[in-house]
Amino acid sequence: MKKKMSLTTKRSITGLLFILPWLIGFLWFYARSLFMSVQYSLSYMEVKPGGGYTLDFVGFENYLYAFSGHGQFKQILTTSVMDMLIDVPLITFFSLFMAMLLNKKFRGRTLARAIFFLPVLLNSEAIVDTMDATRALLAGGISSSSTEVLEAASSSGVSIDYYIQMFDSLGLPMGVLEYVTGAISRISEIINASGVQIIIFIAALQSISPAMYEVAKIEGATAYETFWKVTFPMVMPHIITNVVYTVVDSFTNSEVVDLAYRVIFKEYNYGLGSAMSLISTIITCLILVLVCRFIQKRTFYYN
Amino acid sequence: MEKTKERFSLKGAKAKYDVFMSDTQFVNDRKRWASNIKAFILGLFKAIIIIGTCYVVLGPVIGIVARSFFSDADNYNTMVYMIPQEPTLERYDVAIKFLDYLPTAGKSILYSVSLMLIQVMICSMVGYGFARYKFPLKGLLFACVVVMIVIPTHTIMLPLYMTFANFDVFGIIKLIKGSTVNLLSTPVPVYIMTLFGCGLRSGLYIYIFNQFFRGLPKEIEEAAFVDGAGTWYTYFRIMLINAMPSVITVAIFSMVWQYNDTFMAKLFLVSDDLVISKKIGGIADSISTSMKEYDPKILELYTNAGIVLMMLPIIIIYIALQKHFIEGVERSGIVG
Repeated sequence: MKKKMSLTTKRSITGLLFILPWLIGFLWFYARSLFMSVQYSLSYMEVKPGGGYTLDFVGFENYLYAFSGHGQFKQILTTSVMDMLIDVPLITFFSLFMAMLLNKKFRGRTLARAIFFLPVLLNSEAIVDTMDATRALLAGGISSSSTEVLEAASSSGVSIDYYIQMFDSLGLPMGVLEYVTGAISRISEIINASGVQIIIFIAALQSISPAMYEVAKIEGATAYETFWKVTFPMVMPHIITNVVYTVVDSFTNSEVVDLAYRVIFKEYNYGLGSAMSLISTIITCLILVLVCRFIQKRTFYYN
Repeated sequence: MEKTKERFSLKGAKAKYDVFMSDTQFVNDRKRWASNIKAFILGLFKAIIIIGTCYVVLGPVIGIVARSFFSDADNYNTMVYMIPQEPTLERYDVAIKFLDYLPTAGKSILYSVSLMLIQVMICSMVGYGFARYKFPLKGLLFACVVVMIVIPTHTIMLPLYMTFANFDVFGIIKLIKGSTVNLLSTPVPVYIMTLFGCGLRSGLYIYIFNQFFRGLPKEIEEAAFVDGAGTWYTYFRIMLINAMPSVITVAIFSMVWQYNDTFMAKLFLVSDDLVISKKIGGIADSISTSMKEYDPKILELYTNAGIVLMMLPIIIIYIALQKHFIEGVERSGIVG
């Protein structure tokens, strides 16, 4: 005779049934692959012609080689990480700013939102490459790299160097200047990378109750104060979501990933390629954890 | 005498000025004017920023469309910037021929739509399971979903490649056929991974559904349960219908991203005829070899026409569903 199960067990079994497909997939593809990746990176791997492969354990040799022997890896890794660190705050604040602009009612708002979201849908590799080429041809202030901006500026008769020197003589530190000019020359990259973030912030802004703004207005707060005392704390929790999204997105499109892909599938150096992708993944995860900790400590949770 | 007069007149002017300033009608007028001008300037700034940003986004798209009509003469004429002097449709003609456009686009759309349906089914189920049921190790398992979002597929590309090059399920296939199966260069690996909730960005979709289902009131299910609906009936006929905004969001995301994806297609060597976004990468080379056209600038024009053709379905879908889509993204659980 079948023993009757309690409702709790029954429900937990149903729940497990619901997630079963994913659980199998996760164990089969992700967990196993991660383990295999670590294994590959620790060994010298040779693929046999009939399929199948052999592994010779070599310890941390691949990791050491990636850092000391490989010509490009260190440099590409640092530029990728630096790009990420520069882009993340820029994208976050730009998308918050744009979300606040787009959240107000004005004529053509739907159209503007539709256009802002377009880059998310046109993110195919081929489209992006062609767009970059076209941008370089059109020049008109939308080119994607700083050298192109400088070229376009010199051809239009504006000397950027002059302005840079002017601000330099005002006593602004060079680091700040470089950051600002870097940010401006990346503007198209930043705009194209912030579609999803803008939408997330718009949704967050719409979830703030209008009563709060009413109170702020009655108490005589200026627009500036309202932003820092009401809007910013209320969207704070969503900043983490956006930062995570931006970091992962910029990592997926970064050059380290391309390098690892090349090393594995073009140069057939499987162990080294696995080591490279693991190193970059670990660094990204570290950055994510640190940034999230940093923001979380300062985050105000409404409920 | 003169002094007092002057003082007197000054006093008079002051008094007049005071009256003038305290005239409420005038003060109101002035304030209204000032605020009008302020609003106008602010609006102007906003308009400039929004239009400028839209231009940065749309500029290259317009450029690609314009350049796809360029003839050779236009390309070499430095005076031509956007509007071609001698427009030609030859680029489209050639691009359609080399892309084998209609069949390829049809197959690509079919491929992405079928994957999208699986994606929506599986991810909504998993998201629902995480949102509504309690089971042991739930926290740890959900952390695994987050790990899936954070760790990109690139980290595990080689093991995945190896898994599908020598595909086997617990040695069963080897037992029957004598050897493992090579599933590469077919779309089967992509379907298998999507079916088991590990497809392209499945983690994100699971997360979105989980957030949305958590936001729905529990009373809906309780009512269904009391009325005698079974678990699966409740899920398919009640919960999924209620989750329409997030279903639409995930459906569009999943379809468009799958259509655009070249990573999975390249990794598993899926045939070019199924994935238009992969085929377009090689179009310049094949035109160059078969038409003996070696100028990269001219080849780029053909690529531009191809890109326009490839973008066309996305743009049509986007324009058709635009309203639902943006509302869906806003209302669905994308916001944590």
